[in-house]
Amino acid sequence: MEAFKKLEATAASLQIANIDTDQIIPARFLKTPRSTNHGDFLFHDIRRQSDGELDPKFVLNTPENSRTQILVADTNFGCGSSRESAVYALFDAGIRCVIAPSFGDIFYNNSVKNGLLPIELNRSKIEDIWQTLKTANTVKIEVDLENQTIHLPNGTNYTFEIDAFRKQTLIEGLDDIDLTLKYSQLIRDHEKNNATKRPWTATID
Amino acid sequence: MSKPQTLFEKIWSRHVIFEREDGTSLLAIDRHLCHEGSFHAFDKLERENRIIRRPDLTFGIADHYVSTKAPELGNEEESLRIPIEKLTKNTQKAGIQLYGIGTPEQGIVHVAGPEQGLTLPGITLVCGDSHTATHGALGCLAFGIGASEVAHVLATQTLWQEKPKTMRINIEGELSPGVVAKDVILHLISVIGANGATGYMIEYAGSTVRNLSIEGRMTMCNMSIEAGGRAGMVAPDKKTFDYIKGRKHSPKNGNWDLALKDWRTLFSDKEATFDKEIYVKSSDIAPSLTWGNSPEETLPVTGEIPDPRKEPDESRREALELTLKYMGLTAGTQLKDIKVDRVFIGSCTNSRIEDLRSAAAIAQGRKTQVPAIIVPGSAMIKIQAENEGLDQIFIEAGFDWRATGCSMCVGMNGDITPPGERCASTSNRNFKGRQGPGSRTHLMSPAMAAAAAVTGRITDVRELTTVGL
Ligand code: SF4
Repeated sequence: MEAFKKLEATAASLQIANIDTDQIIPARFLKTPRSTNHGDFLFHDIRRQSDGELDPKFVLNTPENSRTQILVADTNFGCGSSRESAVYALFDAGIRCVIAPSFGDIFYNNSVKNGLLPIELNRSKIEDIWQTLKTANTVKIEVDLENQTIHLPNGTNYTFEIDAFRKQTLIEGLDDIDLTLKYSQLIRDHEKNNATKRPWTATID
Repeated sequence: MSKPQTLFEKIWSRHVIFEREDGTSLLAIDRHLCHEGSFHAFDKLERENRIIRRPDLTFGIADHYVSTKAPELGNEEESLRIPIEKLTKNTQKAGIQLYGIGTPEQGIVHVAGPEQGLTLPGITLVCGDSHTATHGALGCLAFGIGASEVAHVLATQTLWQEKPKTMRINIEGELSPGVVAKDVILHLISVIGANGATGYMIEYAGSTVRNLSIEGRMTMCNMSIEAGGRAGMVAPDKKTFDYIKGRKHSPKNGNWDLALKDWRTLFSDKEATFDKEIYVKSSDIAPSLTWGNSPEETLPVTGEIPDPRKEPDESRREALELTLKYMGLTAGTQLKDIKVDRVFIGSCTNSRIEDLRSAAAIAQGRKTQVPAIIVPGSAMIKIQAENEGLDQIFIEAGFDWRATGCSMCVGMNGDITPPGERCASTSNRNFKGRQGPGSRTHLMSPAMAAAAAVTGRITDVRELTTVGL
């Protein structure tokens, strides 16, 4: 997994609440293997007009936002299904960080497992960032995971929360399976103990 | 005396293998269910050359891409066959039991799992699907995970988890005639919002929940995710134990008595505290449906489409206008005046025998006005319904009686609602394009969907029947 430490990049606002994973990537693309670039599937149906052409008004279709790496979104971003392809689509389209007032739980986890940083920030602060983005053509935001801070070009700084475990896996680009395998003995002990106490759960009848 | 614990805490603590200083715990996973979508996880493990730790605790079930018209493999398009074949290949190679196409145990993973006795009180159960919360209706900790976590479970039979906050939703009183579990959960989501339970583990409690059948409890737990909750659960009781007893994989012989003794300890202690408590009165709930693109956009069937001009917040007003445009609806329209183009009765929310019976009670002696399909939640439910003669009622009324699968809940198998069409659906998501690009979905109970099928419009089920549903 790609490590995430610090990022300075153009940001785009996506001021729509409840962007669900069906909107991030429609179900018909889920059979695609990871080796295929998922970037073209990102927001596939909502960034297009009814004739199938890209909608010039959709924020990520504008030339200024062609290299956006940070999305500043609204409440409940990534709600809905557990499809990790939603994160693949964002990642392959270049997005490395999504800032939103709240996230779908599973989407949040999936992001962290793929080197994409989800940042939860109070909605009034998000509104301030939207305002800043509105007034300039392109705005570069700096996100510093180590110090848990966001810097805006106008000098505003925000701090954000992230739990220590997720922070560590992101910064180190750590695959947690390797980490877990270090606890193999504890896992075996637990299984043995469980088999004595609750044998009906230890095997399937 | 030990500290009072919630049901969730009791289950959580017995599964913690190791707790880090920052509070994240390594949790043991008792049961793992896979469907076609798990190929991402198997691919990852193959790339990394990893071994599957406990294939005996994992089950594969085909559902998402399965054709409901031709239940035998080979009749669907090539692109749909591939994920199904991958599941077969991956499970075979790993030595994982598979309930594939054509087996009597096959069905939607969240319907077939409990039905086969794979879901038991007190266990941890995961699946790469957000509606895994369904299984919590039997009193276990069940939640959906993404592909990386599926790979993690396959490789280690564990997961790193942050302990969620707890929320108890207390629902008291008797449901009014025509009101069922689906209405309760839709109403609840409209009250607490589509992210009202984000970060929480929900326990459903109160007399209304106790009085629900296991099927009804599954419908409620299923849609916990639509309220943002990762999991929902109901404390197991006699109904739960009766439901589980004798199922294919339920504990047998001496294990049954041992299990039962343990399961009887699984409830929230009287003095246990929750991070949040919510109270709902059953008498406030009417037959309900969604009108927008978020499950929180729910109203009683007697309601009308809201007016964006009455919305003071600008961004909300714009969002509402967009929703009405997408849904092809005008402010002020009575819900009961909305015509539907299509009806879908199925999905892991509402495809169990009780759901089919309630739809059949409405369909009996009437005729569908629009295309309507019925997709049983499992092959076993299909047979049971046929033994009860429900299929004949549906077929005579003009419904299309199909084989099991996820079908038009997600439209991955080719069963879709065409662009611009309006579908009365018993599934769980009314997102834009969920049932196919450009599709418009209204979520409701099976009886309400059957009522829409026979009238061609949104209908108050109480107008078609006076008997208890
Ligand atoms: S029926 Fe729908 S919600 Fe349930 S598992 Fe299948 S696709 Fe998911």
